[in-house]
Amino acid sequence: MAEEKKEFWRWPEYRRTIPGKDWKGAEVITAGVDIGSVSSKTAIMVDGELYAYAIMRTGSSSAGSAEKVTNWALEGTGLTVKDLHYTVGTGYGRVNVPFAQRAITEIACHARGANFIWGPTVRTVLDMGGQDCKAIQCDSRGKVSNFLMNDKCAAGTGRGMEVFADLLNVPIEEVGPRSMEIDEEPEPVSSTCVVFAKTEAVGLLRAGWPTEQVLAAYTAAMAERIVDLLNRVGVEKDFVITGGISKNIGVVKRLEDRLGFKALPMKPEMDPMIAGSIGAALFAKALYEKGK
Amino acid sequence: MAVAGIDVGAKYAKMVILKDGQPEILSQGMAECGFDLKEAVEEAFNQALAGANLSRDDVTYIVATGAGVEAVPFANDTVSMQGADARGAHFLLPSVRTVIDIGAEMGRAAKCDETGRMVDFVLNERCAAGAGAFIEAMARALEVDLEQFGPLSLEAEKSPPMNAQCTIFAESEVVTLIHEGESKKNIIRALHDAIAERNISMVRRLGVEKDIALVGGLAKNVGFVDAMKRGLEMDILIPEEPLFVGALGAALIAAERSAPAPQ
Repeated sequence: MAEEKKEFWRWPEYRRTIPGKDWKGAEVITAGVDIGSVSSKTAIMVDGELYAYAIMRTGSSSAGSAEKVTNWALEGTGLTVKDLHYTVGTGYGRVNVPFAQRAITEIACHARGANFIWGPTVRTVLDMGGQDCKAIQCDSRGKVSNFLMNDKCAAGTGRGMEVFADLLNVPIEEVGPRSMEIDEEPEPVSSTCVVFAKTEAVGLLRAGWPTEQVLAAYTAAMAERIVDLLNRVGVEKDFVITGGISKNIGVVKRLEDRLGFKALPMKPEMDPMIAGSIGAALFAKALYEKGK
Repeated sequence: MAVAGIDVGAKYAKMVILKDGQPEILSQGMAECGFDLKEAVEEAFNQALAGANLSRDDVTYIVATGAGVEAVPFANDTVSMQGADARGAHFLLPSVRTVIDIGAEMGRAAKCDETGRMVDFVLNERCAAGAGAFIEAMARALEVDLEQFGPLSLEAEKSPPMNAQCTIFAESEVVTLIHEGESKKNIIRALHDAIAERNISMVRRLGVEKDIALVGGLAKNVGFVDAMKRGLEMDILIPEEPLFVGALGAALIAAERSAPAPQ
């Protein structure tokens, strides 16, 4: 049997059915399929409540990834794609979700999803994705009022963090905690370019810095870069963070220190990576009901 | 007696020794910058001294330039990178009015007057896309020798569209293009076109004035030079030793500053 290559620098793939939830007797079953540049997420919602989800790596084809991740989310539930009343695609590959009736931008979906997860008090959503970073302002209904996005450059994105996890040989789950195991906060490395940050990091390692200290210098650079983006759009409370890097305590803590306040904590049973797919599934429900 | 210019870049330290009193190049030396920049400076210096058959005491005045200028504590003076570029390029190619220097991590362009004095400049030091580090990363991703990178792109039939501007994102895009069956030479051509476009937009901010010279490590990459020529729709002059232009400029400035003030 072929052994699966463990990609320690990436977040693990998994699926989950929310305990105590059932689709039998439900009126509306919808799916939100978020095909990101690095990971693909599907959320299945039953009458507007989260029922199941799956997160996996995006493959070379968006359509194939959409099918795989959705089938995985449905696995073991007794449901198939045919049972879905309405599906909305979102993310970088949103137009290539073969079974979706509509495609909606991930900006709108993240705001809508954050509104669902944290409630109507959310005004600023920071989505730290695999190959982009977005600062979104929204109203009490989760409607986008303003946003700014960096998708040109890996600094401040999940891909940049993967490069560092790979360079330092640290599993992605450990990057955050280990970056906190330091005596004194170091100066950040370059916050404008991952390539330059990498060159600097190699220099620091040669100078004898421990891995933890280098991780601290990079997570600080990332926080610096993101604060820059947030300040340009304006940060209003409540503030929440979605996307893979929000699971990195090192970045989140340093970000909060610079902003001077905290992000709302993640809800149990949820993963911050699925906010966009939840938003898409909620849009799907609204569109289905409108069309009836 | 002699004077010297030293240019400590992100990747190499370069040194040029000039005969004092007349601008005649005696020798040059170059060493890769490892962990210790000072070591590279020493190596380049010793190489150049040996080439000119001189001892350290024979060098009466040294001007340093480059991103690692602080690694030359013994320099008598320093000069900006763009000032050194303008001076060096003008000495080798007197008709030059715009010098584009693309090094390992930095891209810059300088305008000079008919005496070789720098009058205006622009630089990109915030991002590796467009610089030599980009090409090195792509050569690794494509598993192609760096020396083959330029010649291969000249054999390309077309330039497939590239979306990524960032070096890190371009690495994944290159992998996608390979999976789609695109040939390596076409991909390399697209990469050269992309970085040429980036550098040209930087030069256009400064204003393009003929003649144009291209110096720095990327001037040795024929594929990049070709992309720059096509993008600018102009001919580009390349000095024989494009890596040493900054060090030469610094040495020329050393010769000038060491000369006794006219009575």
